[in-house]
Amino acid sequence: MTAFAGTGALARLALRRDRIMLPAWVYVITALIASNSYSLGRLYPGAAARAALAASGGRNPALVFLYGRLSGDSLGAVSAWRYGVWAAIFASLMSVFLVVRHTRADEEAGRLELVGSAAVGRLAALTAALLVAVTATVALAVLLLVALVFLGLPAAGSAAFALAITTCSLAFAGVAALAAQLAAGARPARGIAIGVLGAAYLLRAVGDAAGPGGPSWLTWLSPLGWTEFLRPYAGDRWPLLALPLALSAAAVAGAYALAVLRDHGAGILPDRPGRPAAPPWLRGPVGLAWRLQRGTLFGWAAGFAFTFAASGAAAKGIGSLLGGSTQLRNAFTRLGGQAGITDAYLAAIMSLAGLAAAAYATSAVLRLRAEETGDRAEPLLAAATGRVRWGLSHVAVAVAGAALLLAVAGVAAGLGYGLRAGSAGTEVTRLLGAALVQLPASLAVAGAAVLLFGLLPAASVAGGWTVLGAVVVIALFGQVLRLSGWILDLSPFTYVPKLPGAAVTAPPLLWLALAALALTAAGLTALRRRDIG
Amino acid sequence: MTGAVTNAIEVRGLRKSFGRTTALDGLDLTVRSGEVHAFLGPNGAGKTTTLRILLGLLRRDGGEASLLGGDPWRDAVALHQRLAYVPGDVTLWPGLTGGEIIDLLARLRGPRSAVDPKRRQALVERFALDPAKKARAYSKGNRQKVALIAALASDAELLILDEPTSGLDPLMEAVFRECVDDERQRGRTVLLSSHILAEAEALADRVTIIRDGRTAETGTLAEMRHLTRSTVDAELAGPVSLDGLPGVYGAEIRGTHLRCEVDHAALNEVLTRLTAAGVVALTCRPPTLEELFLRHYSSERPGPGAAP
Repeated sequence: MTAFAGTGALARLALRRDRIMLPAWVYVITALIASNSYSLGRLYPGAAARAALAASGGRNPALVFLYGRLSGDSLGAVSAWRYGVWAAIFASLMSVFLVVRHTRADEEAGRLELVGSAAVGRLAALTAALLVAVTATVALAVLLLVALVFLGLPAAGSAAFALAITTCSLAFAGVAALAAQLAAGARPARGIAIGVLGAAYLLRAVGDAAGPGGPSWLTWLSPLGWTEFLRPYAGDRWPLLALPLALSAAAVAGAYALAVLRDHGAGILPDRPGRPAAPPWLRGPVGLAWRLQRGTLFGWAAGFAFTFAASGAAAKGIGSLLGGSTQLRNAFTRLGGQAGITDAYLAAIMSLAGLAAAAYATSAVLRLRAEETGDRAEPLLAAATGRVRWGLSHVAVAVAGAALLLAVAGVAAGLGYGLRAGSAGTEVTRLLGAALVQLPASLAVAGAAVLLFGLLPAASVAGGWTVLGAVVVIALFGQVLRLSGWILDLSPFTYVPKLPGAAVTAPPLLWLALAALALTAAGLTALRRRDIG
Repeated sequence: MTGAVTNAIEVRGLRKSFGRTTALDGLDLTVRSGEVHAFLGPNGAGKTTTLRILLGLLRRDGGEASLLGGDPWRDAVALHQRLAYVPGDVTLWPGLTGGEIIDLLARLRGPRSAVDPKRRQALVERFALDPAKKARAYSKGNRQKVALIAALASDAELLILDEPTSGLDPLMEAVFRECVDDERQRGRTVLLSSHILAEAEALADRVTIIRDGRTAETGTLAEMRHLTRSTVDAELAGPVSLDGLPGVYGAEIRGTHLRCEVDHAALNEVLTRLTAAGVVALTCRPPTLEELFLRHYSSERPGPGAAP
């Protein structure tokens, strides 16, 4: 067993390094499910309201595509339908990030070489990473169970729900372990594992929406489908837990087999040779920023297209779905405006698109900081690239990327809704406009990150995401939490016209654009004056 | 030698602190145009901080610095069109190939600095680099080659190299030395930071040694050797005594074999005594830079001649 020597020490090191991130994942996932189950209970208080929801929502193909099949109309079953698959996705992402971070990412950074030269076995790092993922998953299962039972849901169903989510997470811990052996870099390894997760979601979505006569068996191929077939609170089919556990075991066994075969630092998949010379467009900081960020942007765009097409398609018939709950109807009109329930729903998903685009733009801008701390800014700035030009290169990608993502969201939602409602042409234009009015607000959030990067570089990553988090909380929960007006006024999204439906005036959009510009300019000015590195 | 025209780099009393740590405490450095200048010092002496100030990445707290006649902070972009830099710890974009990075770095130096494709190809072959590999697959040495090729293929008038051979194997180190020699022939100025003394000895016209953020010594190697002792190794025909001679240290006499260190001022007297005894074989070796270096950075050695 010398291959496992040092596993304990490495696992403790990993837990020490993750002492903030790991509890944050676990708490956030638990809080999302618990708070949403709680609000579902308040929105649909009676059995009759839930039966109406089940009758309309369970048959809306777009919602079935997004969330899965509904297996009952108890509060628990409705919660499991509405949040189960997505909670499993988040829990699986947690496992993927944890496992890759402590295996391939450390290996790529050269840290495992130092560790491996000590009396540490070949399989120790991989095992330690898996132990950390299992620890996080078990903690998540316990916390979820406690929270759900505390909400008054049946204990057996809650256990099934918690295990459905967490066994899926274990399956993807295994997939990530395997991916970390296959690919030679952390980014591609995460890409493979998240790609498998995306494929699992698509298989499940297509299988679920296929209906009788269609390829509904596809759902059975997906670990996310298994969480749904487990039917928490509606029969609790326990034996199905064996499927994700078996997948996890098989993937881990595969990862171990490959880990002893391969060389340190190498992957099983060959690194494809690239171009021996640079293409003509790769000639300045903008070209480089585009080259570095384009893959991520394409990933986001695919996610946007998929999500907003499905959300748009769900808009048809949304009126009858929300009819059962006056509170929900109110919630949508609060977020989406007054002009009819369908427009209110569409406007609400467009604000979500705006928030997501703000998240993208923030991450794109913060790439500057990653380049700086990774010492990759140095060769650029030592060449004839001014600091402002370098800063602007990533800002340009953020601006263009956010605009592209919002356009994709508008067109996809317009097509999704328009094709079902028979008015694709008008809906695409209407929703494209509704998506693009979000752009100045999204960029204002990213502008705050630029300012932080210039003024307080060490705090810019945490600060940038905190600003985004605060904006999201104000936009989604500001009115529910009865925050005072001046707090609501802090979020740029408070000023965005709620399209489609509302009237548009130019001044708020201009002011937001000006704010984004001013924040960016201030950040870049500060960047000119400070030390690099 | 007056003015900025003949001096590529002119640094006077440079100061920089990071919080409470003082990195540079009044550093002086002069690099003449067209020379290969070695910048030597142990880890943490302030070499990289100096280079980063010269590159305009860090802002100096005090002192004067001029680079190619300009201000390294204010005129950074214009100056960087005329220089090429190889960082000590080369980190590259893992998803780009070596070839792409070489071209990109060259193009980043500005529109005037077109890379000669023949020269680029020759360097890639000379350093035996596979330019089609992704940077994540490169070893430290190969990453260093990428940065070196990008710098050497450029037509920059000043090369700033921060420990450029720390990851290269001896074969590649030899290639690197040839390349620096070629650059000298072409009249380029090279500032070479290093703690590999043999490298500085083989390449440098002049040397600056720094310690704790200050210049400890600067000059040509010949000038520095004036301050130091040569090692004398002799096989003699008969017995000899060096007792009572000033400027002779650590004499070891085993039978007819003599080994000692001698101040240059005392060399003539020593040789007179040796020839009187009859010389069979004799070597007299000037100090290596290693020895100069040890003198400055090992803790104070007692005795005369310990410090200039």
